[in-house]
Amino acid sequence: MDVDALTLARAQFGANISFHILFPSINIALAWVLLFFKLRYLRTGKQAWMDAYGFWVKIFALSFALGVVSGVTMSFQFGTNWPGYMQTVGNIAGPLLAYEILTAFFLEAGFLGIMLFGRPRVSERVHTFATLLVAFGNSLSAFWIIALNSWMQTPAGFVMKDGRAHVSDWLQVIFNPSMPYRLSHMLLASGLTVAFLLAGLSAYRQLKGDRSAGNGVALKTGVRLAALLIPLQILVGDAHGLNTMEHQPAKLAAIEGIWHTEKGAPLLLFALPNAETQSNDYAVGIPHLASLIIKHDPDGEIRGLNEFAQHPPVAKVFWSFRVMVGMGVLMLLTAWFGAWQLRRDRPAARLDRRLLCWLVAMTFAGWVATLAGWYVTEIGRQPWLVTGVLTTAQAAGAATSSMVAGSLATYLALYAGLLLAYVSVLFHLAKKAAGQADAAVALKEVQA
Amino acid sequence: MNAAYWLPVIFAGLMGLAMLVYVVLDGFDLGVGLLLPLADDAGKDRMVASIGPFWDANETWLVLGAGLLLVAFPLAHGVVFGALYIPVLLMLVGLILRGVAFDFRVKARDPHRPWWNAIFAVGSLLASLAQGVMLGRYLTGFAEGWLPWLFALLVGAGLSAAYALLGACWLIMKTDGPLQARAIGWARHSVAGAALAVLLVSGVTPLVNPAIAGKWFALPQLFLLLPLPLLTVALFALLHLLLPRLARRQALGNDRYCWLPFAVTVGIVLLSFWGLAYSVFPQVVIGRMDIWQAASDPEALWIILWGALLVLPCIIAYTAFAYRVFWGKADSLSYQ
Ligand code: HDD
Ligand code: HEM
Ligand code: HEM
Repeated sequence: MDVDALTLARAQFGANISFHILFPSINIALAWVLLFFKLRYLRTGKQAWMDAYGFWVKIFALSFALGVVSGVTMSFQFGTNWPGYMQTVGNIAGPLLAYEILTAFFLEAGFLGIMLFGRPRVSERVHTFATLLVAFGNSLSAFWIIALNSWMQTPAGFVMKDGRAHVSDWLQVIFNPSMPYRLSHMLLASGLTVAFLLAGLSAYRQLKGDRSAGNGVALKTGVRLAALLIPLQILVGDAHGLNTMEHQPAKLAAIEGIWHTEKGAPLLLFALPNAETQSNDYAVGIPHLASLIIKHDPDGEIRGLNEFAQHPPVAKVFWSFRVMVGMGVLMLLTAWFGAWQLRRDRPAARLDRRLLCWLVAMTFAGWVATLAGWYVTEIGRQPWLVTGVLTTAQAAGAATSSMVAGSLATYLALYAGLLLAYVSVLFHLAKKAAGQADAAVALKEVQA
Repeated sequence: MNAAYWLPVIFAGLMGLAMLVYVVLDGFDLGVGLLLPLADDAGKDRMVASIGPFWDANETWLVLGAGLLLVAFPLAHGVVFGALYIPVLLMLVGLILRGVAFDFRVKARDPHRPWWNAIFAVGSLLASLAQGVMLGRYLTGFAEGWLPWLFALLVGAGLSAAYALLGACWLIMKTDGPLQARAIGWARHSVAGAALAVLLVSGVTPLVNPAIAGKWFALPQLFLLLPLPLLTVALFALLHLLLPRLARRQALGNDRYCWLPFAVTVGIVLLSFWGLAYSVFPQVVIGRMDIWQAASDPEALWIILWGALLVLPCIIAYTAFAYRVFWGKADSLSYQ
C-alpha cells in the first residue's frame, strides 16, 4: 500500500467517525433528558413537560436515525481499512465489539420503536420502561466502545505471543488506566452537547415568539444542566490530563507545545508550533502555569518532545486542545450567567434578547468541543494505533488509492448534504413549533 | 472433536442465522421502500408507518452478521469486503439514504417531501441491488470478466424482486382496503422476478463451482437433497395460485388468510438459504479459504460464545415483544 492510500484511508476513517460521533453525543444524553421530562410529567401532571417531551422526541428520532446509519458504516470500515488491526489485537477488539452489538445495539434498537411510537399501544409504565432501556442501551454502547478506544490508548491486561495480543486479565483490559477518565469525560461531553442544544433551540423558539410553558421548561433544563455539568467537566478534564501525562507523555508534550524538557513551563495561550525549528513561533504564555497545573508545582519538570523518538504532529494537537478548552470556558461563562438570570424560578420568558441570541449561537458548541477533544486524543496517539503495540501504518489495508479517493469523496458529499439537511430541519421544526404555540396562545386569548 | 474444530462451525452457524434473519426482516423493509413510488400519498404514509417501528432493529442484524464475520473470521472479512469494496460502498450509501429519509420525509418542509420520498425509494433500490451484486460476486469467488459481472447484476435485480415480493406480502398482512388490494397486485408482479432469481442462483452456482456441483449431484445426496428444490417450486406454485384467490376474497372483505403469502415467501427464503448454506459450507471464501483457516483464536471465540448464548434468547424475546406491540394492521404513526 503506498503512502497516498494510507493517508486517504486515515482521512476516510477520520471523516466517518467524526460524522458518526456528532449523533451519539446528542443521543446518549438526550435519551436521559427525555426520560427526565417524562418522569417530571408523571410526577407533576403538568402538560408543559409532556409538550417538551413531544418536541424533543422528534429531534431524538432524527438524530438516532443518523447515528444508526453512520454507525453501520463504521462497522464496515473497521475491517476494510485496518486489516492488520484485527490480526494483531483481534482477541481484545473482537469480544469488546461483539459485546457492544449483542448487549447494547440490540437493546436500544429493540425498544426504540416502542419508545417512539408505542405510547398509544402500551401502558404508561411499559412506555417509560422502554425509554429507560433505550437510554441505558445508548450509554452501555458508549461504555464498550470507549473501553476499546481507551485500551488502544493505554493498553493493559494482555501479553504478546507470536505477534498477537492475548488477554491475561479482562478486568484490566476493560478498566484500563485511562478508561474511567475517558468514559466520564465523554458522557459529560454528551450531557453538555445536549444542554446547549436544548438551550439554543429553545432560545430560538422564544425569539420566534414562542411563550409556551413547554418551551420554557426545556430552556431552563438546558441552561441549568449546562451550569451543573461544566464545572464537573473541567475537573474531570484536568484529571484526564494528569492521567495522560502519566501514560502518554508524548501526547501531553504536544498538547502543551513543549519541544524541550523544561522546568517551570509556561501555559501557552497562543503559539504556532514549528516542526522544522522544533520550537514555537509567536508564543504568548503565562509563566509557570503549565507546571503548576500538571505537576502542582510552579517549578515542576515536564518532559518535552525531544525525549521521544517518535511523536504526534504537534500543531494539530496543540490547537485542537485550545479549541476544546476555549469552548469549555465559553460554556462556563454562558451557562453560569444564564443560570443566574433564571435564578429562583424567574420565568424564561423574561430573558434578555441578547442572551437568547448568544444561546442560539452556542447551539452546537458541544459538537465543536467534542470533535476537538477527539482530535486531541486520536491525533495525539499517532504514530501508534495501539500505543506501543501496533502503528497505524502496520495496520493499514490493501485498498488502492483511487478506490479510497472515490469512496472518500462519496462520503464527504453525502455527509455535507446530510449535515445541512439535519441542521436546517432542526431549526425548521423549532420554527414550526413556535408558530403552533403562538396560535394556541392567541386562541386562548380569544376564548378568554 | 475439539474446540478448535467446533467453535468455527458454531460461529459459521450464528453468522448464517444473523444473515438469514437480516434478509427476512430488512428484506421486507427494503421491499416496502422499493414499492413506495407506486402508491399514492396516503398509501405512502401508511407503508412507511407499517415499518417505522422495526427498521432500526432489523438493520442491527446486518451489524451482527458483518460483526461476527469480523470478529470470528477476520482473515475472511478482509478478503471478502476488500473484494466487495465498491458494492459495499453503494450498499452503505443506500442504507444511509433510506434510513435518514424515514425521518426527514415527515419532518422537513412540505415542498421537500416528494424529494425525501424519492430518496427513500432510491436508497432502498441501491441497497437491494448492491446486496444482490455482493451475493453474485461472492458466489463466483470474485471471478473477473464480463460474464461473472453480468451474473452479479442479474442476481442484484433478482434479489430486488425478491425483496419487493417480501415487502408486498408484508403490506398484504399489515394493511387493508385499497392499499392491500394494490399490494396483492404488486406481489403477483414480483413473483416471477423472485423465481427467476432463485433459478439463476441455483443454476449458475454449481456451474461455476465444480466442487459445489459435486456436493449436489453425487448419488446418495441427490435424493436426500431433492426435496429442497421441489419444495421451493411447490411454494412458488402455491403463491402463484394463492394471490389471485386472495384478491377475490379481499374484494369481498374477507381477510382471514392475509398472513399466508408472507409466510409462504419466508418459507421460500428459508429453503433458498439452506440450499446456499449447504453449497458453501465449510468455505468462507469460495475456493480459497475454509472456516478453520479463517477463524480467530479459540480464546476470543469462547468469550463471545458465552455472551451470545446468554444474550441471544433475550434479544429474540424482546424482538418478539416489539412485534407483538405493533401486531395487527398498521395505523398512522405519532410520537404521542
Ligand atoms: C461514545 C460513543 C460512541 C462512539 C465513540 C462510537 N459509537 Fe457507534 N453508536 C453510539 C455510540 C458511539 C450510540 C450512542 O450507541 C449510537 C449512536 C446513535 C445511535 O443510535 O446509537 C451508535 C450507533 C452505532 C451503530 C448502529 C447501532 C444500531 O444499529 O443500533 C454501529 C454499528 C456503531 N455505532 C458502530 C461504531 C463503531 C465501529 C465505532 C468506532 C469506531 C463507534 N460506533 C463509535
Ligand atoms: C468518536 C469519536 C472519535 C473521533 C472523532 C475520532 C477521530 C479520529 C481521527 C481524526 C483519526 C485520524 C487520526 C490521524 O490519522 O491523524 C482517527 C483514527 C483512528 N481511530 Fe478514532 N476517533 C474516535 C473514536 C474512535 C474509537 C471509539 C475507536 C475504536 C474503538 C477509534 C479507532 C480509530 C482507528 C482504528 C483509527 C485509525 C488509525 C489512524 O488513522 O490513526 N476511534 N480517529
Ligand atoms: C475546559 C476544560 C477541559 C479540559 C482540561 C479537558 C481535558 C481533556 C484532555 C487532557 C483530553 C485528552 C485526553 C487524552 O486523550 O489523553 C480531552 C479529551 C476530550 N475532551 Fe476535553 N477537556 C476540557 C473540556 C471539554 C469540553 C467542554 C468538552 C465537550 C463538551 C470536552 C470533550 C472532550 C472529548 C470528547 C475528548 C476525547 C475523549 C477523551 O479522551 O476523553 N472537553 N479533554
